[in-house]
Formats: sequence, structure tokens, C-alpha cells
Amino acid sequence: MTHRNRVLIVLMSSILLISAASAFQASQIDKSHLITPDELVTLLQTSKSDKPLILQVGSHVLYTQAHIPASEYLGPASDPAGLQRLRTRVDTLPRNKFIVIYCGCCPWTHCPNLKPADDALRAMGFTNVKALYIANNFGTDWVDKGYPTAKGD
Amino acid sequence: MNKKLAALLVAVIVVAGLYFVHRHRAGSKLSATPAPRQLAPDFTLTQLSGQPLTLSAYRGKVVLLDFWATWCDPCRKETPQFVDLQNRYRDQDLQVIGVSMDDTAPPVHDFYQQFHMNYPVVMGNAKIGELYGGVLGLPIALLIDRQGRIYAKHMGATEVSVLEKEIRTLLHSN
Repeated sequence: MTHRNRVLIVLMSSILLISAASAFQASQIDKSHLITPDELVTLLQTSKSDKPLILQVGSHVLYTQAHIPASEYLGPASDPAGLQRLRTRVDTLPRNKFIVIYCGCCPWTHCPNLKPADDALRAMGFTNVKALYIANNFGTDWVDKGYPTAKGD
Repeated sequence: MNKKLAALLVAVIVVAGLYFVHRHRAGSKLSATPAPRQLAPDFTLTQLSGQPLTLSAYRGKVVLLDFWATWCDPCRKETPQFVDLQNRYRDQDLQVIGVSMDDTAPPVHDFYQQFHMNYPVVMGNAKIGELYGGVLGLPIALLIDRQGRIYAKHMGATEVSVLEKEIRTLLHSN
């Protein structure tokens, strides 16, 4: 094998590995599937609006410290058990149900939980799903902004 | 007479101005004094080994307290760096302590083995999170001096060179 071919193989392998690694990250979610914290807070505070079912698909320890009021904890969607809990929770819901999923464990570009959750819900036929865009983490982008917060389970 | 009065007025204004500038600079020096370091909240949690770990038992050492989780990508990148820091500075009294914010211990055990971690890891919970002002995003790294006071708190992934510089500063100070 020539040196040039070896270099090409290494380069292609690197590109494939990087693509595979980022495939499950939140940054891969289509922008049209996102909702910002400002938008969600406005929605929640508008009495006549269609309130979404809000599901936290990240860490339980983080959830118990602070979460969006009335949101439900389902567990990390990067874990098969968490993903199954998500599927079970929404299975009997009408497929046009407005659902918001969120995590906030770590920076958006590194979150391993939202993409699997978004993919799973769309694969089940849900047509009105939004992922809450949290750029840094739940503390910085929600709690510190003074948005409504609840504690405990 | 009017000229003398005007000159006197100018002199008074200049002196008053110099006085206020001097006060401002003195105030600036005073405000540049760093706030006293706060004691790191003490805690006792269970290590992966099953043994209890109490933070205050490490007084006299410099502690790097790392809040992390196995599913946190930046944390996975930091772990080998912390293993390296522990290896290189162990004899100079650096102690790295990991607080896992995973929901259960089994994945942490696997991670510990896979990454050849060489420092104690305890299972965290919401209580310690609140004790440290809310651990609502990972990773968080705190540097604690030999007297048990928080020297620095880093939210999010931090360049290891920054942490190492702070560690060296603390190791070399009393």
C-alpha cells in the first residue's frame, strides 16, 4: 500500500469517527425542532396557549435540584432504559400532542440525551415535538435567568 | 482683587481635585484586595470502594474537587488529564476527588476501571449539589487550598493548563 493511500485511509477513518461521535449530539437536531427558553417561558405564562407536556430526559440528580415546574423526569435518553421510559410514557398520547424535551446537563454541542429523545419521538409518529435549546447548562440558561423553577421529585 | 480671588478659587479647585483623585486611587487599591476565601462546605459521602470519604480529612493538602458524570462528554475528556495531574503532583500533596453525579453506581464503576482512575470517587446527590451552590451543569472543578478554603471554581470544561497553574500556586504557598 502506498503512503498516499495510507494517508487517505486514515483521513477517511477520522472523518467517519468524528461524524459518528457527533451524530448523537444535540447540535445535530434540526433547528426547526428547537424552542428557546424565552419562547417556552412566554408560552407557559400565556394562559390561553396550548401547554406542552414537558419531559426532562437527562440526569435525576440535576432534576431534583432544579427543574421546570410540572415537567416530568424520565431519565437520560442516551441510556436504553431511559429511552424506553420515554417511549412508554408517550405511547398512548395522540401523535399531535405538543411535547417539549429538555436536558441541560452540559453544553448543547455535547449533550448526549436530546438527539436520541427527539429521534425516538419522531420515529413514533409525533409531529409536534420541540427540544429546549440550552446553550450552556440548565443552571446558567434557565435558573440564573430567573425563569420558573421547582425542586425535588 | 478679582484676579487674586480667581487665582485662589482655581487653587482650591485644583487641590480639591487632587484630593479626590488620591482618595479614588486609595479606594481602588482597597477594592482590589481579593475577597476572603470561603471554606469549602464539608461533606461525607460513600466512595465506590464502600468506604466513607470526608472532605475535611484532606486539610493540609490541595484538593481538586471535580463534579462529573459518565455521560458528560467534556468530563470524559477531562478524566485522563486529572489522572495525569494526580500522578504528577501526588507527592506534593495534591488530592483529586471526583464527585459523580450519575444516578447509579454501576456505570461509574465501569468508567473507573476503563479510565484507570487513580483518585477516590464518591457518589454525589442533590444535597451536595445544593451545598455547593447548585450543580446544574457539568463539569464543575473547584480548587481548595490547604486550609480547606475555595480558591477557584470553574464552571464547564477548563483548560488543564489553567488548573495546573492554580494547583502549582497553591502547592507552593503556605
